[in-house]
Amino acid sequence: MSLWLLLAVNSITLGGLLFLLSAGFSLIFGLMKIPNLTHGSFFMLGAYLATSLIARGFDFWTAAILAGLGVAVFGGIVERLVLRRLAGAELAQVLVTLGLSFMVADVCLMVWTGDPIRIDTPPGLRGTTAVMGFAFPTYRLAISVIAVVFAAGLWLLLDRTRLGAMIRAGVDDPAMARVAGIRVSRLFTVVFCLGAWLAGFAGVMGGPILSVYPGLDGEMLPLALVVVILGGSGSLVGSLVGSFIVGFLYNFGQAMFPEVAYVVLFLPMLIVLVVRPQGLFGRQPA
Amino acid sequence: MKRAVLAVSLTALATVPLWVPGTFYVNIASQILLYSIFALGVNVLAGYAGLVSLGHAGLFSIAAYTGAKVLSAGHGHLAGDAAALAVTLLAAAVFAALALRGTGLGFVMITVALGQIVWGVAYRWISLTNGDNGISISGRPSPFGLSLAAPRSFYWATFLVFLLALASMSVFVHSPLGAAVRGTRDQPRRMTALGYHVWMIRFVAFLFSGLWTGAAGLLYLYYHQFVSPQAVALTASAEALLMVIAGGTATLLGPVVGAGLVVVVKNVASAYIERWNFVLGAIFVLIVVFMPDGLVPGLARLARRATAGWRPPAAVAVAAPREGTRP
Repeated sequence: MSLWLLLAVNSITLGGLLFLLSAGFSLIFGLMKIPNLTHGSFFMLGAYLATSLIARGFDFWTAAILAGLGVAVFGGIVERLVLRRLAGAELAQVLVTLGLSFMVADVCLMVWTGDPIRIDTPPGLRGTTAVMGFAFPTYRLAISVIAVVFAAGLWLLLDRTRLGAMIRAGVDDPAMARVAGIRVSRLFTVVFCLGAWLAGFAGVMGGPILSVYPGLDGEMLPLALVVVILGGSGSLVGSLVGSFIVGFLYNFGQAMFPEVAYVVLFLPMLIVLVVRPQGLFGRQPA
Repeated sequence: MKRAVLAVSLTALATVPLWVPGTFYVNIASQILLYSIFALGVNVLAGYAGLVSLGHAGLFSIAAYTGAKVLSAGHGHLAGDAAALAVTLLAAAVFAALALRGTGLGFVMITVALGQIVWGVAYRWISLTNGDNGISISGRPSPFGLSLAAPRSFYWATFLVFLLALASMSVFVHSPLGAAVRGTRDQPRRMTALGYHVWMIRFVAFLFSGLWTGAAGLLYLYYHQFVSPQAVALTASAEALLMVIAGGTATLLGPVVGAGLVVVVKNVASAYIERWNFVLGAIFVLIVVFMPDGLVPGLARLARRATAGWRPPAAVAVAAPREGTRP
């Protein structure tokens, strides 16, 4: 298989992972107006939890769902106990999420040590699959499929259900949504848990490709930030498009300009900021 | 009263190497002063302008890296220092032009991203920055023939820069420009209506902040005689912000107290426990949740309470740009 095709597949895989990570980030940012700086920690925590669950004999998929749930519970506690106390003080909320991310990173280092841990690819998805005469790594294809399924599911949730309508109302105009009888503060918890679950689940999905190591949180968080700045906060389509743009830039950047890949990644973000500060699909300025 | 306290503390600071036992503590005092300068720089934005930057470690280390590159290319200290400050100012201008596209949370996010770009360059662009191994320089400068190699002489040099920074902050705060900067924080719309160029005022504040951040970065380089990507990490930006918030935003001496607190806790904590990052995060969370206006205003309130009887504390949030005050 040619190098370019492989890079493209890797880009799509990373894009899919980033979508899982940033969809929640974007919704939290859109609804609660806080860039949740613990989101990278959710990703890492999910992956670490899954390694422990798998070591106790759970299979990959159960571990992924349970680890996501664990992270969601943690997110719910953070939202209820800490962020709720600071309602209205957005900046204080940001700083608290930053402080929490340091604490989570340090606890992970303590519990799971500093060595990278690899999550084994689930059986059945090992090896390669031939599509149109090319052999693709099956697991990477599976991630792309999962991302598409989740994108469709989230779209249905947001666009077709009552809960989704309430979330959209909260993103557009929280004050008006409250007046209309929507309990926006309860929505905060729901969206925060959902976002945390997605991030934790994404961490497990990324495990077989990225493995888990200290500092993973700090690597994923800026990517999620870039996705949301590119795509616009609170927009699902924005997250999807932004994720794939970042996925492609990251992989091709690393292959073509390995030393400045990180800079290449941030250039489109800067261009978008200058030309369209609210992001490609955003309605309000970030 | 206030002047007396200030005079006593400055005298105490000036004579630190004379009454502090051992070079270890002199070095810690030097660190406190250099981080104070950093925190004073961050405070210009986070405190007076209401623009919270989480990318200042980027500017800090741009100064350190530029100095290190110029020095290791064989140029003199004067050239190195001038180049470092000039490049930092230029970088601050670029940072400002981009970050000021947003206010409030947008500003925070853009500065995080910008800081991470600098980190990426420091960490990955190995031919330029030597990656994780960092860059060492050989020796501290000897201005006017006075060598700064010894901890004591380095302390006094840092103290001079610190005094300069403090004096310039005082002038800035009491100047019309300082008032205008506070105006853009509290009432940007009214400032615009009054004919002030809000964007330009913020831009100038950013440059001023960047200049002192750069000076602190240079001192950091001379203190360690080494710079590595660690100086650029998000943790470093967060630490600087923690100093400002812990001490009290938009106060002249708050950042100094905060820097002292963080440096001391960091050195003491790291001597006893390995989990410094956990402690940092916990202090961050506790201060933001329980003492949002910082130690200096918090203690001043306690002192007032002790002298003038009990008064209910005014609810002060961290200098947060609110929805309604955005332009």
